Amino acid sequence: MKSTSLKKAIATAIGLTLGGSVMAADKHSTPLNMTQGATDISHEVYDLHMAIFYVCCVIGLAVFGVMFYSIFKHRKSKGAVAAKFHHSTTVEIIWTAVPLIILISMAIPAAKTLIAMEDTSEADMTVKITGLQWKWHYEYMGEDVSFYSQLNAEHNIARQLDSGVDVSQYHWYLKDVDNELVLPVGKKIRFLHTAADVIHAWWVPALAVKKDAIPGFINENWAMINEPGVYRGKCAELCGRDHGFMPVVVRAVSQEEFDAWLIEKKGGTAEPVAVAEAAPAAEGSNTAVATAGGGGAAAEVSMESQMARGGEVYAQQCAACHQVNGQGIPPTFPAITGSAVATGPVDAHIDIIANGKPGTAMAAFKGRLSDEDIAAVITFQRNGLGNSVGDSVQASQVAGN
Amino acid sequence: MSAAADSHHDDHHHGPEKNFVKRWLYTTNHKDLGTLYLWFAFAMFFVGGLMALVIRAELFSPGLQFVDPQFFNSMTTMHAIVMIFGGVMPAFVGLANWMIPMMIGGPDMALPRLNNWSFWIMPFALAIFLSTLLMDGGGPASGWTLYAPLSLQGGDSFAFVIVSIHFMGISSVMGSINIIATILNMRAPGMTLMKMPLFVWTWLITAFLLIAVIPVFAGAVTMLLTDRYFGTSFFSAAGGGDPVMYQHIFWFFGHPEVYILILPAFGIVSQIIPTFARKPLFGYSSMVYATGSIAFLSFIVWAHHMFTVGMPLAGELFFMFATMMIAVPTGVKVFNWIATMWRGSMTFETPMLFALGFVVMFTFGGFSGLMLAMTPADIQYHDTYFVVAHFHYVLVPGAIFSIIAACYYWLPKWTGNMYDERLGKIHFWSSTFFVNLLFFPMHFVGLAGMPRRIPDYNLQFADMNMWASIGAFGFGGSQLLLLYIVIKCIKGGEKATDQVWEGAEGLEWTVASPAPYHTFETPPEIK
Repeated sequence: MKSTSLKKAIATAIGLTLGGSVMAADKHSTPLNMTQGATDISHEVYDLHMAIFYVCCVIGLAVFGVMFYSIFKHRKSKGAVAAKFHHSTTVEIIWTAVPLIILISMAIPAAKTLIAMEDTSEADMTVKITGLQWKWHYEYMGEDVSFYSQLNAEHNIARQLDSGVDVSQYHWYLKDVDNELVLPVGKKIRFLHTAADVIHAWWVPALAVKKDAIPGFINENWAMINEPGVYRGKCAELCGRDHGFMPVVVRAVSQEEFDAWLIEKKGGTAEPVAVAEAAPAAEGSNTAVATAGGGGAAAEVSMESQMARGGEVYAQQCAACHQVNGQGIPPTFPAITGSAVATGPVDAHIDIIANGKPGTAMAAFKGRLSDEDIAAVITFQRNGLGNSVGDSVQASQVAGN
Repeated sequence: MSAAADSHHDDHHHGPEKNFVKRWLYTTNHKDLGTLYLWFAFAMFFVGGLMALVIRAELFSPGLQFVDPQFFNSMTTMHAIVMIFGGVMPAFVGLANWMIPMMIGGPDMALPRLNNWSFWIMPFALAIFLSTLLMDGGGPASGWTLYAPLSLQGGDSFAFVIVSIHFMGISSVMGSINIIATILNMRAPGMTLMKMPLFVWTWLITAFLLIAVIPVFAGAVTMLLTDRYFGTSFFSAAGGGDPVMYQHIFWFFGHPEVYILILPAFGIVSQIIPTFARKPLFGYSSMVYATGSIAFLSFIVWAHHMFTVGMPLAGELFFMFATMMIAVPTGVKVFNWIATMWRGSMTFETPMLFALGFVVMFTFGGFSGLMLAMTPADIQYHDTYFVVAHFHYVLVPGAIFSIIAACYYWLPKWTGNMYDERLGKIHFWSSTFFVNLLFFPMHFVGLAGMPRRIPDYNLQFADMNMWASIGAFGFGGSQLLLLYIVIKCIKGGEKATDQVWEGAEGLEWTVASPAPYHTFETPPEIK
């Protein structure tokens, strides 16, 4: 009984150790290990990771080898008689010094890589990344291009509790966004990280880039991507209810493609947002339109189109907290349905949407959404979700706030 | 025993109070309080365990099936706090209460009434804490670290969370004061510090750590409280504060706290292995110094939890080197345990099995800890399931296995009966199998890019999460067997001898089994 259980113990221990190393060592085919990534730094990090892993394996085999040899041989049932020794200065010095030497030999390459990772000087371009509950905002510094990026809308429906949607049909479930961050390969890109509400962390494993986005502070790091491709990541720092649902997608393209994309994007953002046909426009409601304010669209918009557009904006911007049905999650996220704000004077309603409510999770949407979108979503909140105030809010009313 | 008549002036020479409520509510006896602490911890292990099972049920497959993400976050947060402050810490204090006076030849704890008080705060603290689940806005959901500003969002249950944490802290500090006072004042003549059993040594150092850092934590959560309710801006950049300062303060408490959860475990294993190897502990004094070194290092490595917050390079390098240094004294401990086994005459009763399981699996956790110490790699590992795997390896088959080992080891002394050895072995093997099924796959999903604290995930992580969830339910179920074994042992069984184990040495084995209500009223002779 005893000897079989011990054999099992040994088999388990060796199996786990070796199993771990075999699975982890197969670099290319398995998703069970750290990615080697697409940058020089990410390769260095991967090599460090594997080096320290193998060091641990060798030490583990040696230490557990001795331990299990002893468990086998020095057992009372085999007639072992206990020795009397209880210390040996020599071996104690050896097993203090040897680990110290191994550690120093690992610390040197680790320090080198770390120093390289932290050197953000001489960057070719800069992207400012702002984390918000629960999306990202990207700003190409000096290029006048900025936009929000959030979870793919289909995934957002599928991931709701009891959605009834089979999530296994989506290959990139929870790893896909509406607007990808497009970056050129072969350029040193500096990322500036900050946040608007709570701490987030922007993480793309293939770039070996993970940095906390902290409200009120700006962090920086960098990447130079070697290979074109799509690299997916996640928010890594718990940031509230939908922390698990704010993916990052980076599309790395050649410099020419990037330049073309940038021009198209500038054209896109510079164009006045056509209010009446905003619904089909893929990025219309989600693109910050700081530059689009002067685009006309003074005409009165009908209640129906306000409601339709407002419903879409609501689903994208508000439903995560205030819920699809407007019931909210009191007390943190109050209900819209029947609320004093959504059924009271319209000016107060515009004010809270435009300027947020300090000290709460309610963000200021002025500048984040166009005036048209804000007007639409306010109209929707006042006349949908069980409310029926009856007024239709226009962009011109929002503009004054 | 005419207990009632002479209780005023002769408190120490009678048996336990007959009235059940009075006995357990008013008791100042270290053995009674040890028992209370242990049962309380056992109950909290099941409460925290149920929370873990909610988490693992939701993570069994992709998609949201059972709980809202906000409630999921509450479960991860409360699971951690219940397990740390309600489970592991009270369990260690319970063991200290029961065993330290008997191991050093003292008649009781130095401060018996304080002892009663520090226990009886705990149930109220945890009750307040758990009651937040029923309040508007639900329980705390910002992770057990309560990082600002996230922790400042949410309902008014927050104030109750802070109050309950203060109570837990007061209880821990009072317990620690008592343990230090006991060890320094109540030793039998001749029991010099360097003759103390290692469990006593590790607890002495742990108690100093607790006194040093619990007030720091109390300060941090009080600043959260004033930020939330009194308009201060300690952690709000808009008011001139800094959210990262919270993290520094928290981890200045949090890292020593990690060692508070493991040092007594080192002590327990250092008691058990020599007993079943029938050979003295190898390198006793180096064990003491290694424990001291680990305690010292615990104060200068806190920011390794924060390698992604944007520290200066010099800070990152310092904390990397300091963190790697921990491997040296920890390695010394593991080598000493193996050297103790070497050329011993070993038998493998349940306490020994759990102690050996501890050595192997705690070392697994140590290896992943060494990997995490490498800052460039940590930037990839940080906040992933790799970290979850790491700290659960050191806390579950680490700290909790040592607590279970201690219970099997001393149960015959506590109850006078042997536990059921066959069931004990089954309990060990099923716990070991399932705990590895539970935590080993987490290494892989973490490396492959699964962040921690998420309720839903991509299909690529589905297989490993399924295995982990099966492991969780198996491990949880295995602990029901432990409950049965303990109850069975209390009710009866083969009578234990005074020495209980053939190789057992130390003062606790010189008193009768079960240990009389009062022991060492006359100090024993120490050779």
